[in-house]
Amino acid sequence: MKAPVILYCHCRYAQVLPDAVKRAVLERLCASGQPFEAVPDLCELAARRDPRLARLAAAGALKIAACFPRAVKGLFAAAGAPLAADRTEVVNLRVLDAEAASAALLAAELSPNLPPDKTAPAATAAATAPASALAP
Amino acid sequence: MNPPLPHLVLRDGNGAPPPVGERFAAVLALLEQGFTLTCAGPEPAPVPPTEAPDAMLLDWPALCGADPAARAAELAAPARAREAADARPWLPWFPVIDYARCTHCMQCLSFCLFGVYGADADKHLRVEHPDQCKTNCPACSRVCPEAAIMFPKYKAGPINGDAVQDADLQREKMKIDISALLGGDVYALLRARSERARSRFSKERDADKALAERQKCLAQIAADVPPEVLMSLPSPEEIARRAEEAAARARAARQG
Repeated sequence: MKAPVILYCHCRYAQVLPDAVKRAVLERLCASGQPFEAVPDLCELAARRDPRLARLAAAGALKIAACFPRAVKGLFAAAGAPLAADRTEVVNLRVLDAEAASAALLAAELSPNLPPDKTAPAATAAATAPASALAP
Repeated sequence: MNPPLPHLVLRDGNGAPPPVGERFAAVLALLEQGFTLTCAGPEPAPVPPTEAPDAMLLDWPALCGADPAARAAELAAPARAREAADARPWLPWFPVIDYARCTHCMQCLSFCLFGVYGADADKHLRVEHPDQCKTNCPACSRVCPEAAIMFPKYKAGPINGDAVQDADLQREKMKIDISALLGGDVYALLRARSERARSRFSKERDADKALAERQKCLAQIAADVPPEVLMSLPSPEEIARRAEEAAARARAARQG
């Protein structure tokens, strides 16, 4: 089975992610030898609807080191790149320590944890906003 | 909005990869400059770089060395030179809608004076102009009765995207009038409106308690809005005009 793609957000413009956690997680990713994607700031990419987010959302299983799952889901939706609930795990660097966050990111298994959609059959609602409800 | 930098694909290339510490320093410096990266390592890239039309392939040895920050700045220099023409660097602060909670009531559209929100043909709320949002101002999230507006860089939940609790919903259900931001006598305003508030809330809760909650919420908004935003508000007449315009757009969106 294909390993999940790892995406790391550096939250460049704010101090909301503890700096020590960010640095430790990034260093462990570099040391792991595993391939990973890294972005300076997910918010910025979402605001400009960067096509990289659509490519990542479509890449298969995805582990995202960033902030709260509800926020990350909303950011990808805002970029017109809804995340698949059954293929996405968000590792919250705002609440986890570096050890726990790194372990979750580098683990082979995926633990999907996006919040559910509004409509009952979540599988068909496909994670989110109407495409038209987002910035152009 | 800030122009994007090229996407960099970092790969081993020929020879032994540099030590972990050097690779980490290079990645950190590139992220601080604003590059998006694929650290391909010995394995194939997670997302094929050929799918990123602006991707630049770089070998680790070309990046690592004595001064990774200077090397990263050098790589970013051409884009930064173009960026210099852009007068105002933008900090990515804007509302993110939780569409699992949003009811498209358009209260946020009515409230925002800066044209951040809009509605589409299906009467769905949309964030139309994120770059017009005022940095560090989360006021519109306070007027959302469903706690559906997030600012991921905000300090506290549920505005930062943390799970919404019942207590949050009780607090957010107080709709705040834009005139509260005018800097006038808020409590006189509240007293003048108390009769309306009483009739509005009498069916569902004790009126005095509702008024107290409204006052508390109002104080929270006033505390949340950065002074720079308050200072940049236009004249009361202009605010009234914009508020009416926004309210009209919200009505039109609701009614179709």
